Amino acid sequence: MDFFIQQLVAGLTSGAIYACVALGLVMIFVSTDHINFAQGEMAMFATYLAWAMINAGLPYWMAFIASVFLAFLGGLVIQRFILKPLEAAPVLSLVVCFIALLSFFNALAGMIWSYTIKQFPSPFPPRDIFGNGLVSVQQIGVVGVTLIMLGILTVFFRYTTLGLAMRAAAQNADSARLMGVRVSWMLALGWGMAAAIGAVAGMLVAPIVFLDPNMMTGILVYGFAGALVGGISNPLGAVAGGFIVGVLENLVGSYVIGNELKLTFALVIVVGVLLLRPAGLFGRIIVRRV
Amino acid sequence: MVAILAVKGLSAWYGPIRALYDVDLTIEQGGVTALLGANGAGKTTTLRAICNMVRRAGITVMDGKDISRAATEDIVRLGIGQVPEGRGTFTGLTVEENLRLAFHIRKDRVAAMRDMDHVFDLFPRLKERIHQQAGTLSGGEQQMLAVGRALMLAPRLMLLDEPSFGLAPLVVQEIFRVLRRINQEQKVSMLIVEQNAAMALDLADHVYLLETGRVVTQGKSEIVRNNETLRKAYLGY
Repeated sequence: MDFFIQQLVAGLTSGAIYACVALGLVMIFVSTDHINFAQGEMAMFATYLAWAMINAGLPYWMAFIASVFLAFLGGLVIQRFILKPLEAAPVLSLVVCFIALLSFFNALAGMIWSYTIKQFPSPFPPRDIFGNGLVSVQQIGVVGVTLIMLGILTVFFRYTTLGLAMRAAAQNADSARLMGVRVSWMLALGWGMAAAIGAVAGMLVAPIVFLDPNMMTGILVYGFAGALVGGISNPLGAVAGGFIVGVLENLVGSYVIGNELKLTFALVIVVGVLLLRPAGLFGRIIVRRV
Repeated sequence: MVAILAVKGLSAWYGPIRALYDVDLTIEQGGVTALLGANGAGKTTTLRAICNMVRRAGITVMDGKDISRAATEDIVRLGIGQVPEGRGTFTGLTVEENLRLAFHIRKDRVAAMRDMDHVFDLFPRLKERIHQQAGTLSGGEQQMLAVGRALMLAPRLMLLDEPSFGLAPLVVQEIFRVLRRINQEQKVSMLIVEQNAAMALDLADHVYLLETGRVVTQGKSEIVRNNETLRKAYLGY
């Protein structure tokens, strides 16, 4: 039983990180219909920035906030200067562009900081929380940060006028323009926020998997699986999906297929969802008149 | 007569296809101008071109200011509210959110709240559905919502694209009654595109007839209404 609880908590912890990645993917998908394959590498790069700042002597939380802010600016700049000129481009050009961004950030990080694995500090002590070896402060912290971020985003989108304008722009761009919404800036804002969410995910996962330029590769696959399970058009669904994938992956890994095949399991989920229920658990099936 | 909007030599294209040929329009301050014509005559395109939503050429002047090159979002801020073809409903937002969207360009929050109450006054049906997803509204209610959304922008000129489209006669009458009130009580000028020529002629004081992207005739609406040849040729009644 203890082993089961341990695996469950470990699953929830990685689930929280997948949820952040999934959330970043969904943010961009709902407003542009694109999957940003570079989401993981952008997060990794932001984590390196935080690492560099912490090494330069900044306190952890200051570096955390600065990195989230820089990631936000970075996302904004990428949208304005790289994706906006490609607005009318066919979807394949965009896919190539996302892959280019992915390898660009990967190579840049390797160039600046080398490919050797680095330790990234955690703000949460690895101590037990109940003294029975089941749940650590670190695990609670990761899940907590994710839930807080989700709360902030929910409040932003539900109760602020800017959040409302972003939702309107994503739903019906022409009509939003007629209401005075600067749609292309809303897309840039969406990119900035997705990048900022990614930075949080990167900094949460780095103490667990260690920091290196390839750290997010596998996690992006899990995040993608989470987004698909929850429904790629639904932010709350994506978060739930991230948690579901995290827990399933851990339980299936420990009891059924062994840890080596865990990543395969994420891919099985991706294919399974696309085959059986493309809209995901909480997604809406979008019917288009043509 | 003072013009709120003057359009000179307006042309528009969809890809290589030209949809408008040098259209000249003048919209009187405080008046209602109807733009009539058959399907494909270029009525919707004219409204879209005024708001710079299609590739276009020609000059648009509002209150003596050239707005030909302004972005759609800025034209809206200058006081042109468009009720678009197909109603432009934000289906996933609630009725209230559809209206509240205007708050982000309104600096006068108190006046904006009052405008929202006014919209609910004009269309009590929207108030009943205030927290409902706008996509679940009936066609008529969505049209009311579209008019309400445009009103929330505190426009001085409203561009209305077929507000009667696909609606039951009673609903059409209700909407036109409200449009008349908006024009008379709030002094909002209007340019209204319609297939329902009888309704539009009744509301409008000035009419333009459009055929294959060109203005074929224009004048006071009584004159068009009483001219049987024009009516039979272009308005089908």
